[in-house]
Amino acid sequence: MDIQRLERIDDTEWHIPPQGKMRVPAVLYATQALIEAMDDKVREQIVNVATLPGIVRAAYAMPDAHWGYGFPIGGVAAFDPDTGVISAGGVGFDISCGVRTLHTGLDPEQILAVQERLADRLFQHIPAGVGSTGRVHLTPKQMDEMLAGGARWAVEQGWGEAADLARIEEHGCMAGADPAQVSARARARQKDEMGTLGSGNHYLEVQQVGEVFDAETARAFGIREGDVKVSIHCGSRGLGHQIGTEFLREMALAAPGFGIQLPDRELACAPITSPLGQRYLGAMRAAVNCALANRQILTHLTREVFAELFPDSRLTLLYDVSHNTCKEEQHEVDGQTRRLYIHRKGATRAFGPGHPSLPADLRAAGQPVIIGGTMGTSSYILAGTETSLQRAFGSACHGAGRRMSRRQATRTWHGRELQAELAGRGIFIRSPSYRGIAEEAPDAYKDVGEVAESAERAGLARRVARLTPLVCIKG
Amino acid sequence: MTPHWEHFEHEADIGVRGYGATLDEAFAQAALALSAIVTDPERIHPSQPVTIHCAGSDPEFLLLDWLNALIFEMSTRHLLFGRFEVHIDENGLQATAWGEPVDRARHQPAVEPKGATLTELKVYREANGQWVAQAVIDV
Repeated sequence: MDIQRLERIDDTEWHIPPQGKMRVPAVLYATQALIEAMDDKVREQIVNVATLPGIVRAAYAMPDAHWGYGFPIGGVAAFDPDTGVISAGGVGFDISCGVRTLHTGLDPEQILAVQERLADRLFQHIPAGVGSTGRVHLTPKQMDEMLAGGARWAVEQGWGEAADLARIEEHGCMAGADPAQVSARARARQKDEMGTLGSGNHYLEVQQVGEVFDAETARAFGIREGDVKVSIHCGSRGLGHQIGTEFLREMALAAPGFGIQLPDRELACAPITSPLGQRYLGAMRAAVNCALANRQILTHLTREVFAELFPDSRLTLLYDVSHNTCKEEQHEVDGQTRRLYIHRKGATRAFGPGHPSLPADLRAAGQPVIIGGTMGTSSYILAGTETSLQRAFGSACHGAGRRMSRRQATRTWHGRELQAELAGRGIFIRSPSYRGIAEEAPDAYKDVGEVAESAERAGLARRVARLTPLVCIKG
Repeated sequence: MTPHWEHFEHEADIGVRGYGATLDEAFAQAALALSAIVTDPERIHPSQPVTIHCAGSDPEFLLLDWLNALIFEMSTRHLLFGRFEVHIDENGLQATAWGEPVDRARHQPAVEPKGATLTELKVYREANGQWVAQAVIDV
């Protein structure tokens, strides 16, 4: 992106003042190096978001922003409940895709003693990759209960512990879900996919804490250098993808009828107050619950493998974040508390210390923000800051973002060689597809460390710890 | 001109583009490009037929619906498709897709398509008369 076309506020904040049909400015948070590496499409897309009706304060791009569809990935936008819009493209197809991190209480030496076996057992036990099917098959009634209940439903069914729920956004259950708005086709796509990891950049990793940046917050989060953690990255599976597909189409066709002039039809949206907007909200929230239930089931499967290899281990939840959502939240704007609909597409909620929605034992420290890495690189745990609410409605980045297309990656690397090379570095990858491994090569992604540092310097979230992979199950 | 397909660059996702002497051919080639996101289409034995119908007359929304219908069938039937016959008229699209169940060892399926987007969604005819049908697929 051409830095000359931006107004520099400081080292990590850049503005595009309102021009043309923009109703608010666009604000980008990133270092100059990351901005320069961003595609020009990010600028075009974030400017387009700033033209949407009812947008409040600004359209924001996070340090890992890249070219999406409609909204950029790494885009945040808040809308007024009466005059604003809701956009399926502003949430993304993989609704409530997210990451959860679990404490294991184990030391790296215990993992290293059985590392290959652990990798194999996790790969056997966790359904992953194209064509994999889950062990959980729901009746229509159970599907409705899952869509309304999320992780809370999963815990009631025996997948996990009640204590897990406090460590999940929305306490594991997204209110306002309307399973009746979830189509038969979306349900059909989920019938074999409950409790599956998916493919692409989704993963389950066993990780070691390699570095602690903020000892006090780390203590509050239960993180010490050398700790072993497990992180699970996945979303709402076929059900969420189908809801995204159906509503993106319907909103694109309906927008002119609402009198909404879209600079690009992929910004497809509907007034929040419209029946279409309300139907999408109900379906999208049900898909959030599907994602939360799915990560809960995967957590249970992970615990089963750890119980087998480490009978004394107890896996507890640090936190579960979602990074493709639209949530109704209270925010202060110009000295007034307002109810807003916050779209976060490829962006993590990052509430600062004292926020009432955080569990009591994390409230003083701020919300854990989990930034997923790639299979050979680090992941980061950050914490929401005092300034994060003012900066971008309590939002931060979500991952590294691709630097190279999948096709380029398969031309550059061979999956089998890459797997052997990573094994040589002590990282055991298991995947059903060598081509999948090549496409997900660590160097096909941007430097996640720079993204995390950028988020800290921009005041979106502060770094707490860095985790390095020991075992990675890829779909 | 020979019908063919290609992928085009998109930062996070993948663009599929089909070329053909007719609209029917271009749509069939775009479908092959969709299968190629997952695996090499030549590795797919096109043994099992599935019929697909999409209503409508807007060629771009028809392409969107066609690709999304294939994604739905791939996902719910656990199939990969390697051959397509497409017929488009004023009422919409009638097609048969032939495929086989995913064989993870043989197909090495790389990534599952989540849905076709409106990004770069275009259906048009080039000056030389060749049809082009393209869209970005979220993976």
